[in-house]
Amino acid sequence: MLERRNPQLNRHDELVHLLSIEGLPRGVLQHILDTAGTFLSVNEREVKKVPLLRGKSVFNLFFENSTRTRTTFEIAAKRLSADVINLDIARSSTSKGESLLDTIANLSAMHADMFVVRHSESGAPYLIAQHCAPHVHVVNAGDGRHAHPTQGLLDMYTIRHYKRDFTNLVVAVVGDIVHSRVARSDIHALTTLGVPEIRAVGPKTLVPGDLAEMGVRVCHDMAEGIRDADVIIMLRLQNERMSGAMLPSASEFFKTYGLTAEKLARAKPDAIVMHPGPINRGVEIDSSVADGHQSVILPQVTFGIAVRMAVMSIIAGNAP
Amino acid sequence: MTGPRDLDAEALYSELLARVRPLVRPDSALVGIWSGGAWLAERLQRDLGLTGEHGVISSTLHRDDYAQRGLAATADPTRLPFEVQGRHILLVDDVLYTGRTIRAVINELYDFGRPASVTLVVLVDRGGRELPICAACSAARVELPAGQRLSLARDAEGRFSFEIR
Repeated sequence: MLERRNPQLNRHDELVHLLSIEGLPRGVLQHILDTAGTFLSVNEREVKKVPLLRGKSVFNLFFENSTRTRTTFEIAAKRLSADVINLDIARSSTSKGESLLDTIANLSAMHADMFVVRHSESGAPYLIAQHCAPHVHVVNAGDGRHAHPTQGLLDMYTIRHYKRDFTNLVVAVVGDIVHSRVARSDIHALTTLGVPEIRAVGPKTLVPGDLAEMGVRVCHDMAEGIRDADVIIMLRLQNERMSGAMLPSASEFFKTYGLTAEKLARAKPDAIVMHPGPINRGVEIDSSVADGHQSVILPQVTFGIAVRMAVMSIIAGNAP
Repeated sequence: MTGPRDLDAEALYSELLARVRPLVRPDSALVGIWSGGAWLAERLQRDLGLTGEHGVISSTLHRDDYAQRGLAATADPTRLPFEVQGRHILLVDDVLYTGRTIRAVINELYDFGRPASVTLVVLVDRGGRELPICAACSAARVELPAGQRLSLARDAEGRFSFEIR
């Protein structure tokens, strides 16, 4: 029988692509978080740049729009001294009918060293990783409903920054979990890092039943879901869900699952509130909570740059 | 020239302390290279009666073997609790060998500002330089085969010894 290897790891179990948090050993996640700590201080120096990726070309391939994620990847690559090329693929070659692998072949001919890929199809970054040259590295910046591993890692960095230890935490993930690649990446990371209680909170239409198999406690009652939580991760409610008959209305959702100061009072007094952004004020989160003293939404963005620098510099340093 | 087995790290530290003392100026700052050099800088700071905290510097982000070896998993990040701009920096390391680590940490240092001067002091100089770098003082010179690693160790009481691998 053929041995099935994790396609993200080389034969020394070192990370060469970041495609998903699922299946990565705890040591690899911890190495990324530790390294991100080093890069966080680089962002505060007089010279906010280190030469690790000097002479390398990083291609940002965003088949789906995302200003924030693309920008933080660009900043991260530039602070590592890479040359960054942004391709707005949604508006270029694919619209002329070029296939994904033909696009990759063409960009490889331009001597790309790393692809940062966002795609609406789950698995697209895997396909690219399988077909690009061995020295080329791939980072998944969000694929379909599948995974958003750098967001998952920056969420873990944020939790570790404020809570220090994962092994005594109650973490509630609230909202549209069924469509959320962030939720999936967070749950895999929290499990790997040893969080004893993970809760998925939301209406039946948005919280899949198979989550229990991932060791997650499903709660359809918000008050119960966030009671005594140390960490609350709110997810963005995508407007298009409203039309698909999955929810009655945004105001109805806010009434039941929107995070208000009153609901937040049921969590631990020192609980932190996270959100991957962009936030919908008055839909999944109240302004007083989003801007309140328990909110760590903006630090998440800052940590995101350091985490993406860590991921890129670790994978670029490992041989295939 | 001494053999590596004769090295008494504590005796050499006393020697280093005596040799560093005349190099210290009122506006000097001690910066130890992670990890052995940082332990030396911490103790020198105390024994020289310097006020404030010593700095710790890591070569990780400027190493020239990143493409071969990847990013090291162990080093502490650089921590310089003072202004580098215009300071006389005394850079401290346990063992000086190829000089590549020194090149890397000088680059790292410059990411924080332009020092007035950088002076290198080391506990042991084992020769074998691959770059035009030399120390202002060292407590000993030793010869070792190229494959051998010599580094400083520190026990729970803070006493120094050498590890040879």
